[in-house]
Amino acid sequence: MNSKQTEHGPKVTGHPDERGHFRQYGGMYIAETLMPAVLELDRKRREILPDPAFQKELAGLLADYVGRPTPLFLAKRLSHYLNGAAIYLKREDLAHTGAHKINNTIGQCLLAKWMGKHRVIAETGAGQHGVATATAAALLGMECEVFMGVEDISRQAPNVKRMELLGATVTPVDSGSGTLKDAMNEALRHWVARVRDTFYVIGSVAGPHPYPVMVRDFQKIIGIETKEQIRSMTGRLPDILVACVGGGSNAMGLFYPFLDDPVEMFGVEAGGEGIDTGRHAATLGCGSVGVLHGSKSYVLQDRFGQISPVHSISAGLDYPGVGPEHSMLKDTGRVSYLAVDDRQALEAFHMLCELEGIIPALESSHAIAFAITEAPKRNKNEIMIINLSGRGDKDLGIVSCAPGKEKQE
Amino acid sequence: MNRIEKTFNRLAEKKEKALVGFVTAGDPTIEKSQEIIEAMCDSGIDILELGVPFSDPTADGPVIQRSSERSLANNTNLETVFKMTARLREKSDVPVVLFSYYNPIYRYGGRAFYRSAKDAGADGILIVDLPPEESAELTSCREEEDFPLIRLLAPTTPEDRIAAIAGSASGFLYLVSMTGVTGSSGLDTSSVSEFCSLVRSRTTLPLCVGFGISTAEHVKQIAAYADGVVIGSAFERLIEEHIDDSGLVQIIADKTREFKQATRL
Repeated sequence: MNSKQTEHGPKVTGHPDERGHFRQYGGMYIAETLMPAVLELDRKRREILPDPAFQKELAGLLADYVGRPTPLFLAKRLSHYLNGAAIYLKREDLAHTGAHKINNTIGQCLLAKWMGKHRVIAETGAGQHGVATATAAALLGMECEVFMGVEDISRQAPNVKRMELLGATVTPVDSGSGTLKDAMNEALRHWVARVRDTFYVIGSVAGPHPYPVMVRDFQKIIGIETKEQIRSMTGRLPDILVACVGGGSNAMGLFYPFLDDPVEMFGVEAGGEGIDTGRHAATLGCGSVGVLHGSKSYVLQDRFGQISPVHSISAGLDYPGVGPEHSMLKDTGRVSYLAVDDRQALEAFHMLCELEGIIPALESSHAIAFAITEAPKRNKNEIMIINLSGRGDKDLGIVSCAPGKEKQE
Repeated sequence: MNRIEKTFNRLAEKKEKALVGFVTAGDPTIEKSQEIIEAMCDSGIDILELGVPFSDPTADGPVIQRSSERSLANNTNLETVFKMTARLREKSDVPVVLFSYYNPIYRYGGRAFYRSAKDAGADGILIVDLPPEESAELTSCREEEDFPLIRLLAPTTPEDRIAAIAGSASGFLYLVSMTGVTGSSGLDTSSVSEFCSLVRSRTTLPLCVGFGISTAEHVKQIAAYADGVVIGSAFERLIEEHIDDSGLVQIIADKTREFKQATRL
C-alpha cells in the first residue's frame, strides 16, 4: 500500500502499550480502591478473550442475537442528490437495540460472566448504551443498574422505559449538568462502593485502561465487516470513512481495521450551537490535554483544569472528553476531526429520512451532515462510507421540538 | 526533617495520635475558609489536608461534592489554595498536605506546582486519582525530595501491592477505611484494625486512616491502632449546616477540640 496517509508520519497501530498508553494518552488515573479491579480486568481479558470457547460464544451471539453482519448499503438517492462521491451506509442502526453499542455490551457482559460476576452497572447519555447493557444483562441473566443524568432522562425518555422493561434499574443523576459526564462520575462512585461484586460496563473507548482498548476490540467488528463488504461489492477499499465522535466508540470500531490502509478518515464532533458560542462538545477541535474519567486525553476545560460545561442536541455526543486513541490519531494527523453544529445535524437527519427512508440517530446525523458538505467536492468514482451508528426513534421528541424542521418540508 | 515527620515524632513522644483535618479550600467563601483553617490549626489539628476543588470529584460523596461546587462558585483555583496556605504559614506551623484530583495539577504543570507549593509552605500532596503506575510524570518534576506524594492503600489492595506501594511511599500512608466514596456510612472499625496490622507488617511509615470517620467515638477506636485519623466530610457537613451562622468558625473549632481529645490515649 502506498499512500499519502501511511507512508509518512508515525505508526498509529500497535497501541496501546502494556499499561494502556496510546503514546502520551490513556493510562489508568483512578482511585486506589479501583486499581486492583482494573488490573484484574486487564489480566482476565488477556486470558479470556482469546479463548476459542469465548470467541465461539461471542460470535454466536453476535450472529444470532445481534443480527450481524449488519448490511453495508449504497445510498443511491443521497449520492445522486449530492452529486459527488458514492455514499455507503454501514447499518449499525439495524443491530439489535438499534445501535452499535450492543457489540460492546454483549462482549463485556459475556466477559463479566466468564469472570464470575453477576451484577453489571453502566453509564448512559442517549440511553443507547444503557439499553444495550440492560439487554445483554437480561440475556445473560445478570442484575443491571444504569446511571443516567436527569437532563438526558427527560430528553431520551423512550430509552428509560426500554431499560426498565428489560429489568434494569435506572438511577437518575442530578449532579453537575445531569448529562453523560455526571452519569459516568456517579457510576464510578458506585463502582468504588461495590467493586467486589460489580462489573462496570463502560460504553465508549474512554475510561481507564483496559477499557479503551477492550471497547475498541469489541467494536472493530464494524470495520472488519465493512472492509469485507466493500471489497465484495466494489472490489476495492473505500476512499473516505466518516463517523461521529462523542467518546468515540463507533468511530474507533470503523476506523481501526483501516488504519494501515490508504483511506482518509473523518471524525465528526458535536458543534452544538456553534464553536464560537462556546456551547458545543468539540473536544478534539477545541480542547486541551487533561485527565478525566481515568485516562489522559483531550478534554474541554478551563485554564485551571476544571471541566467545562458542554452542549449538543445529541445526548450521546454531549461529553467533554474523548477516547485516548482518538487523541493520538488527531496528533499524528491520521484522522481529521471537525465539528458540525446542531442545525446541520438536524438538516442531515431530515435529508436521510426523506431520501433514503432511514431515520438516523442525532449522533449519526452529525456524520451524515459532514458527508453532505464533503461528498459534492469529490469525484463520482470515490467511495465514502458513513457509520450509521444508530437509529433515531429515540430522538423524535427532540426533533419535533427543534427549529429548522420546516426547512425540509 | 519536614513538618510532617516532626509532627509524628512529637506526637509519639506525647503518646498521642494525629488528628488530620480536611476541608475544601474556598468553602463557604475564601475569607471564611481562611478563618476556618486557622481556627482548626489553633484548636489542635495536627495535619491540615487542604482540598483543591475539582468539577468532577469521582472519589467523593455528596457532602464533599457540594463543598467543591460552592468553592468553585467562588472561583477557587490552585493559586487561591497556595495563597491560603501562605497566609496560614504566617500564623501556624501545622503541616499542610494539599489534597487534589490530578487534572488541576497536571494543567498547572508539575514543575510549577512543586515550586509554588513549596514557596507557599505546603508540605506534601495527595492525589486521589494518581496511582503509582502513573505518578512518575509528576514526581520527576520534583526538585527536592522533601515534598512527599502521599500514597493511598485501599481495603481492595492486595498484599503484594501493599508492599510495593509502602516501599516507595514517604510522609505517611493514607489507609482508606472502606470500599466507598468519602463520607460513606458503615465504618467497620474491626476490619480497619486488621487492615492496619497488615500494613504495619510492611512499613515503618505512620498510618493515617480516613473515609467515613465522623464521630469522636470512631476517632478514639481508630486511634487505638492507627497513627492518625482523617476527618473530612464531618467537617464539611458542619460547614454546610451552619453556612449562614455567624458562629460557624467557633463551631468548627469546638468540634476540632472534641476530635483532638479523642486522639489522646
